[in-house]
Amino acid sequence: MDETRQTRGGEFLIESFIRVIGVSSIGFVGLIFLFLLREGIPFFFEVEPGNLLGTRWYPTFDLFGMLPLLLGSVLVTVIAMGIALPLGVATAIFVREVAPNWAREILKPLIEVLAGIPSVVLGFFGMTLIAPLVRETLGVPTGLTAFTGALILAYMALPTIISVAEDALDAVPKSYRDAGLAMGATQWQTIWRVVVPAARSGIVTAMMLGMGRAIGETMAVMMVTGNAARMPLALDSLFQPVRTMTATVAAEMGEVAQGSTHYRALFAIGIILFLLTFVINLAAASTIFKKRRRGGLR
Amino acid sequence: MSLPEEPKIRIQNVSYSYGGQPALSSVTLDVPANAISVFFGPAGGGKTTLLRLINRLNDLVEGTQMAGSILLDGQDLYAPEVNVTELRRRVGMVFALPLPLPGTVRENVLYGPQLAGVGDRTIQDEILMRSLTQAALWDEVKDRLDDPAVALSGGQQQRLCIARSLALEPQVLLLDEPTSGLDPISTAKVENSLFQLKENYTIIIVPHSVQQAARVADYAAFFLMGELIEHRPGNEIFVTPHHQRTEDYVTGRFG
Repeated sequence: MDETRQTRGGEFLIESFIRVIGVSSIGFVGLIFLFLLREGIPFFFEVEPGNLLGTRWYPTFDLFGMLPLLLGSVLVTVIAMGIALPLGVATAIFVREVAPNWAREILKPLIEVLAGIPSVVLGFFGMTLIAPLVRETLGVPTGLTAFTGALILAYMALPTIISVAEDALDAVPKSYRDAGLAMGATQWQTIWRVVVPAARSGIVTAMMLGMGRAIGETMAVMMVTGNAARMPLALDSLFQPVRTMTATVAAEMGEVAQGSTHYRALFAIGIILFLLTFVINLAAASTIFKKRRRGGLR
Repeated sequence: MSLPEEPKIRIQNVSYSYGGQPALSSVTLDVPANAISVFFGPAGGGKTTLLRLINRLNDLVEGTQMAGSILLDGQDLYAPEVNVTELRRRVGMVFALPLPLPGTVRENVLYGPQLAGVGDRTIQDEILMRSLTQAALWDEVKDRLDDPAVALSGGQQQRLCIARSLALEPQVLLLDEPTSGLDPISTAKVENSLFQLKENYTIIIVPHSVQQAARVADYAAFFLMGELIEHRPGNEIFVTPHHQRTEDYVTGRFG
């Protein structure tokens, strides 16, 4: 009797402890968001919409056109995804479906290690190796371009995409592969027409997570994209410097007067970034939920 | 035992092991055409392994060794010149769990023919109707051909899987415990469609119970620990087993 009461007391303590931790971590995230809103929202009322949607970002002259930054981020992210997605999914397929067991045992931990490389190291790598390579092979004036940034970002998003897509393929029951093969499909047809469609929602999630990683990345992008806040609209803008939203915040936050319009502009950029990643994660989550609702398929 | 002159499948001295773990030891067995053969026995006897060897599904499993030969119409399945993909179209397989592929009922049935290059819509419709009818499913799904396959009931899904195999017009149909997840009514429907199918097909089934083995078997082979103990016509083996172990198993003394 005493013993059970003691256990119950212990249970109660532990449960409350876990609950406090859980609730407070949610609370902290909420507070961060509130802080971001408090510092950033006033900006949208201080600056007229024409200025905000302008094409020039010169905070010292009170020009806060956010389009070049937004488009810079979008350009670099989209190109990075265009490179990373096919590579990542193909690598996941190779690791899970094609490679022999011993190769898989080596490749999987290697890919995890890739994910752990600090972004500043990748930025350094991009500056000293990739940028000169881009400059010389493409004959452009500087190697610090949107394309260089996209290459580095693609490399950074790859481990995430590969791991998540590989898990998704792994979750496809072995019997699906048997069923495909038993119907006279070749191994490749089985992979492409049975296994990949069955893992589709997981692969979409991998894509979204990789994209979230790419759009929020700061350090490497700041080091290799050249940071010129210009509209990337011409055909060759891919091979010219751009500036992303994240790089802008990181570069300017240190020297801005606290409470100034410029200061709040940087927080406003933070809000926009937050909304972008939120939408991407929401899209990722909704594909997961859709899969659950449909049932059957794992 | 009285087997027809030319057996459809000759299994000769087949031994098989998974990474040193023996699963079959020198099994020799003839499977007659246009009849239902049953491989039965307790778990771990090697029935499923033998079934998977007949359409070479174990090719991609690493660390296995095989000895002996399997002949289909006198041709060695493991000869180097055999086209495995083409072989698997001649030898269809249905698995223990109903396994609809992503997509509609129609897509599921036509999956194999499309891989084989059948693109003509009229021919596709013919295949669809013929295989669903043969699997005793046509009347239930003829108005739901474009519904997702996962929306069918478990029994319907399993018959859909049989139809999917039949769509390729195989000569041999292998079924690995095809009714283990089904209720008695669905089981009876699947068994009835097998009785009709044996007119045109050679059927090998691993049943999920001795009762099912006795119901459907024209010929039955009893496997124990990777060895073939006894292989005789079904109406003999379940009534007057020759071996003590077979008798013990069919009368339920162990299982």
